[in-house]
Amino acid sequence: MPRVIPFRNKRAEPPEMQARAMDNLRFIRETMERAATFTAVSGWGEVVIGVTAVGAAVIASQQAAPAAWLATWLAEAGIAAGISVASMAIKSHAANMPLISGPIRKLVLSFSPSMVVGAVLTAVLVHRGMQGLLPGIWMLLYGAGVVTAGSYSVRIVPVMGAAFMLTGVAALIAAPAWATGLLMAGFGGVHIIFGVLIARRHGG
Amino acid sequence: MGKHSTAADGDRRSERAAQDAGGAPLRSVRGKAPAEGPLALDRLIHERLRLGILSALAVNDSLSFNDLKKLMQTTDGNLSVHARKLEEANYIACTKSFAGRVPRTEYSITPPGRRALERYLDHMEALIRATRER
Repeated sequence: MPRVIPFRNKRAEPPEMQARAMDNLRFIRETMERAATFTAVSGWGEVVIGVTAVGAAVIASQQAAPAAWLATWLAEAGIAAGISVASMAIKSHAANMPLISGPIRKLVLSFSPSMVVGAVLTAVLVHRGMQGLLPGIWMLLYGAGVVTAGSYSVRIVPVMGAAFMLTGVAALIAAPAWATGLLMAGFGGVHIIFGVLIARRHGG
Repeated sequence: MGKHSTAADGDRRSERAAQDAGGAPLRSVRGKAPAEGPLALDRLIHERLRLGILSALAVNDSLSFNDLKKLMQTTDGNLSVHARKLEEANYIACTKSFAGRVPRTEYSITPPGRRALERYLDHMEALIRATRER
């Protein structure tokens, strides 16, 4: 009678056990990432951005030179980006979630194209002396970025993006004298109103 | 044989996998949560679909049957069998209602379900640690 040779150990080898356990943990993490809507957008961070935007609008409105007006808003864009990243990091840390997770990567990737287009159009329009179109185009593109990135987030985020787009349309069709007021209403008011709503409904 | 596995297939596979992973001996799962130590492998949630359901519900207040089906890419029958097992173990709660005339089934994770998932995560981490220390 031929000798029976077991083709498999009864207990798995340690590396296999480890691989299985790691595979299970990876499965859990990926399932949670797919199932979770991104909530690390910080409502209070949005409020702070809104307040700085109101300040920027006041400062920009006092600038006589177009270059100084532009420099004020570009500085505000940098400040807002910094506040946004810092507030998301604080909220993620408080919720014990990694900042660089699948949903956040998707959010950044969805938001970036609009910002790149905005930077290119800003340079082109300033170069051609069409700076008056900038407020409307900035808010339209920012809103478009928030709408697309917000598809990975809680429902209120894309709604906020749509509000920016509407304000952008208003800025494009309104008289140039309204530009600063609409920038204040958009980057200031919309951020503050939606920031408070996000903070109240989605944990800060 | 159909494309999708049945609950029984899943149970058999998970039993083998648990044994391979060096886990504690497995017991019948029919509606029972494990009553042993914190690192006893919970076979009830070791099965992939049930583990997925609990993981998805852990990061949402509730999910509808259709949301879960889409998320887990499974069939109505398979999802309902596995969800019922979790429900019988009191790991998830099921609420049935009507949205207009359309019936709506919502699932949410219960505190025992959340604790079971945490225990399972601890178990997996302990396995990895133990293997690294060898």
